[in-house]
Amino acid sequence: MAPIEALVEQLLAGNRRALGRVLTQIENDTPAGRRALAALYPRSGNAHTVGLTGSAGSGKSTLTGALAREFRARGRTLGIVAIDPTSPFSHGALLGDRIRMQDLTADPQVFLRSMATRGALGGLAPATSGVVTALDAFGKDIVLIETVGAGQDEVEVAMMADTTVVVLTPGSGDDVQAMKAGIMEIADVLVVNKCDLPNADLLARQLRTIVEASRSGRLTPIVRTASALGEGIGDLADALEEHRTYLGASGVREAHRREQARHQVLALARQRLIDRLVMAQGADGRLDALVEEVAARSLDPHAAADALIGEGR
Amino acid sequence: MTDMKLRVLIAKPGLDGHDRGAKVVARALRDAGMEVIYTGIRQTPDMIAEAALQEDVDVIGLSILSGAHMELFPRVIDALKSREIDPADVLMFAGGIIPDADIEPLKGMGFRAIFGPGTSTADIIKFVNDWADARPVSA
Repeated sequence: MAPIEALVEQLLAGNRRALGRVLTQIENDTPAGRRALAALYPRSGNAHTVGLTGSAGSGKSTLTGALAREFRARGRTLGIVAIDPTSPFSHGALLGDRIRMQDLTADPQVFLRSMATRGALGGLAPATSGVVTALDAFGKDIVLIETVGAGQDEVEVAMMADTTVVVLTPGSGDDVQAMKAGIMEIADVLVVNKCDLPNADLLARQLRTIVEASRSGRLTPIVRTASALGEGIGDLADALEEHRTYLGASGVREAHRREQARHQVLALARQRLIDRLVMAQGADGRLDALVEEVAARSLDPHAAADALIGEGR
Repeated sequence: MTDMKLRVLIAKPGLDGHDRGAKVVARALRDAGMEVIYTGIRQTPDMIAEAALQEDVDVIGLSILSGAHMELFPRVIDALKSREIDPADVLMFAGGIIPDADIEPLKGMGFRAIFGPGTSTADIIKFVNDWADARPVSA
């Protein structure tokens, strides 16, 4: 095994095998993976990162594949991170996103990495941002992040991507559903996918009404696609490039990235604190004892949390 | 927190379209706690090796029913080597319709087990886990 520093050097020189191996260290959050990220982070920030989210079955994988083909035709290089759920029972995962992107495998300018959520909420995997950083530092022009089928408030991807695409399909809910906070508010670009289905026009009109009523400043574009048929993909790619230009020209990008950095640092700090707490408490069985009490309703969850972090009681 | 997971690629080289066996094995390994990347049918040796590189898998399982294994499997091995993946570092196994006479030559190529029809998924899981347990810990 080559030491991680040598692998990082090979990665930066364009070695794809080294990239694959570094991603594994980052994903497993090993000490080597942390050293790799520390070296790669200053070299990142150049790629246009695009998150695609939407409910399960909305066609995100097919759309991601079609978008990748479109950007390749425009001469861009791509990293793709495709996330599928980890089973809460077996902790295993079946990662099937490559099936819809088989033809892209043959293209050396596309690097697709499948990730399992490994218990994380929010539609991403715990190490997604690290994997995106590595693909970015490797020199990919665009990194597409396809989230696990997300519900209404799984908005983590917006805290990582420059541009967030929310994919909706006709018949997936009425306009009241669409007006709900959360997933609708994070959209920089809205997609009506499967636009060959009935009621696509209705959905697009409803979205238009919501967009015009709720946002000041930039109007969120609504793009119609039928990704399986290849329709509207060029329009979507145009909308993404326009958003990137807008971010650069308006100075919004700096504010956006600052907000993301704050979110990321706090999220990692929170995770570290919880890990430390659980490891310390788990060792003498105190957490288990508190859990028993809460389950038996002899202690309320707030009091148990206070006791866990050493306050009150 | 460090979280090591076995990553497994299940792939079907060649032109036969029957992937029930591959899917059964993929699901069984998932249910055994592994992360299984399934690529779908009709994969070329280059596509399989490329997926192995991008996903940096620990284990590669190939399923084939067409009878073209003696033709395709060596090309998968070559495609891996051309990408700096040493087949000895990866657990390679195969399944499908493979005559007994071909088993030894395939083992000579680096396939550590050949699972025929009727194999219990428990045996495949044990085979993978035993290999993983015996594997030297890497930095």
